[in-house]
Amino acid sequence: MQWLNAIIQGILLGGLYALLAAGLSLMFGVMRIVNLAHGVLAMLAAYLGVVFVNNLGLPWFLALVIVVPIMAAVGYVLQWGLFNRAISKGGLAPLLVAFGLAVVLTQLLQQIFSADSRSIQIGALGTSSIQVSDTIYIGWFPLMTFVVGVLVIAGVQVFLNRAPLGRAMRATSDDPETVNLMGINNRQVYALATALAMATVGLAGMFIGTKTQFIPTYGDLVLIFAFEAVIIGGLGSLWGTLVGGIILGVAQTVGSQINPSYGLLVGNLVFLAILAFRPQGLLPKAVTT
Amino acid sequence: MSTPTETHAHATVTSHAKVKRSTRSSWAGLGIAVPVVLFMAAAPYIIDRGFQQQLVTLFSLVVLATMWNLLAGYGGMVSVGQQAYIGIGAYGLVYLADTLGLDPFLAVPLSVIIAGLLSIPISFLAFRLVGGYFAIGTWVIAEVVKQITMQVDALGAGIGLSLTSLNELSPGRRIAYVYWLSLAAVVIAVAVTYFLMRSRLGLGFTAIRDDQVAASSLGVRVTHSKRFVFVVSAMGCALAGGMIAANTLRITPDSIYSVNFSAFMIFMVIIGGIGTIEGPIVGAIVFFALQEWLSDLGTWYLIIIGVLAIVITLFLPRGLWGLISGNGRIRLFPVGYRLVNPIERFGRHPD
Repeated sequence: MQWLNAIIQGILLGGLYALLAAGLSLMFGVMRIVNLAHGVLAMLAAYLGVVFVNNLGLPWFLALVIVVPIMAAVGYVLQWGLFNRAISKGGLAPLLVAFGLAVVLTQLLQQIFSADSRSIQIGALGTSSIQVSDTIYIGWFPLMTFVVGVLVIAGVQVFLNRAPLGRAMRATSDDPETVNLMGINNRQVYALATALAMATVGLAGMFIGTKTQFIPTYGDLVLIFAFEAVIIGGLGSLWGTLVGGIILGVAQTVGSQINPSYGLLVGNLVFLAILAFRPQGLLPKAVTT
Repeated sequence: MSTPTETHAHATVTSHAKVKRSTRSSWAGLGIAVPVVLFMAAAPYIIDRGFQQQLVTLFSLVVLATMWNLLAGYGGMVSVGQQAYIGIGAYGLVYLADTLGLDPFLAVPLSVIIAGLLSIPISFLAFRLVGGYFAIGTWVIAEVVKQITMQVDALGAGIGLSLTSLNELSPGRRIAYVYWLSLAAVVIAVAVTYFLMRSRLGLGFTAIRDDQVAASSLGVRVTHSKRFVFVVSAMGCALAGGMIAANTLRITPDSIYSVNFSAFMIFMVIIGGIGTIEGPIVGAIVFFALQEWLSDLGTWYLIIIGVLAIVITLFLPRGLWGLISGNGRIRLFPVGYRLVNPIERFGRHPD
């Protein structure tokens, strides 16, 4: 029964990883940037949550409603201020700038909030759960995280497929120069895509900051988990990312069930096994670019 | 359509044109490098132990920057996981010397070879990813190497190891030997990069950088060349890891496999100038100086250096060496080919 429990908890954890990965996947999909600062930006959102909930005493859901637009604004500014410039430089510049941002932001968070571990308080919702059987409990909060993860993945997918701006993003991804000729400002599209990605990072940061005790360098793990979910699922497929997140989550919880110190290692090894034997991922996009 | 006269004139020009590799500044470079290395080699007789240990730290940074530049500046591969090999080199030295009783100065090259051998299967995994995903992939692999190290009791698990076999030497001798080893490592790292990039492989990389598909169609073995550089870089980083362990005498998984090493390498290369041999050396010296100068500021030094690296990437992509050398006019270590036409050689047209 404890194995079944590990699998159930792993699936729920996978929803969180998919939520973490959505923004990484979106930014890569639209502008081919791998945002190495993705994880630490989630930590920025988590620390904002700490400030609003723990320090200012706002209700958790109100903090969520404030943090998400703040992060979207941060994304918009970052794209115009840094990434658009880096893209125009070409070559390795976007990657190097993102890495520099990750290091600088991690150290800044360390300077402001110290390296003591924090967690966003959520009160009774954090501990209440549904009893399924004698040994299996499903926490309300992990369940809510999973549902939000699925909704975000589905929402971004529908947005890209149906919304005019989503279409503009896909078109810009295909050919940024031609899109300019069609009256779309590709840099503005990039900025809006990053804003949307950072909104999902804001959500992810609130949820992970509530679930875990975190420190600024926890962003490294967040980036790695998001990346592994993307690669396991297959590049360019958001539903694949959800599957990838679930596989990673289950691998980690089952690994921890074998030995508490094996969790991360087993997750990483499953990722490497997928990379070795199915490098295109489990649900690759039908047409690759 | 060209007239016969023009064709003739063209032929005359090409017959006088020459392809040159060395320049006046490169001979000057050799003229500077040799005395500098000889002078540095005499340092243990002149400067105190603490200063020698600091210089070993600087030397390890030069080796790391040179190796990261080989990978990214020439091979186009941005790795955030070279700390895997730093750790393998450091743990290799301590395990081979302390546990198996090998001579420490034999254990260093052996662990470098082990790191090189391990990097071959690793490259097959890492090369399935490109660009930014390659970067995170190498990081994950480094994390896996760290996590496996932490599961092995013989390697001190999560606590780490101390290097004790060097204690048979008196402290003065030990520090001087490590200093010389490290100086030799710098010379080897720079020389290997220089001769690799002057070779056919370097020419291939120039072609890959300009157009990977075209280079491949002309017979450049793209993956093969990249794998070769990946392995050389891993070995160089393992060498630096051995230097760090011999200098600090204590290694822990969290410190020796720290992703901060990747941050240092990337910042040094960007600040100094990516894709040149001189750039990483300049970058390492500047980084080391900033680190010493800003050491009172705690974590602020990394923030300042990080911001500097971002600004340089955006506004000065050739780095400080590009600035010093007038965008490549001065080459201390020329690896490219220069076409010298008759006008330049004789100051006026021969006709």
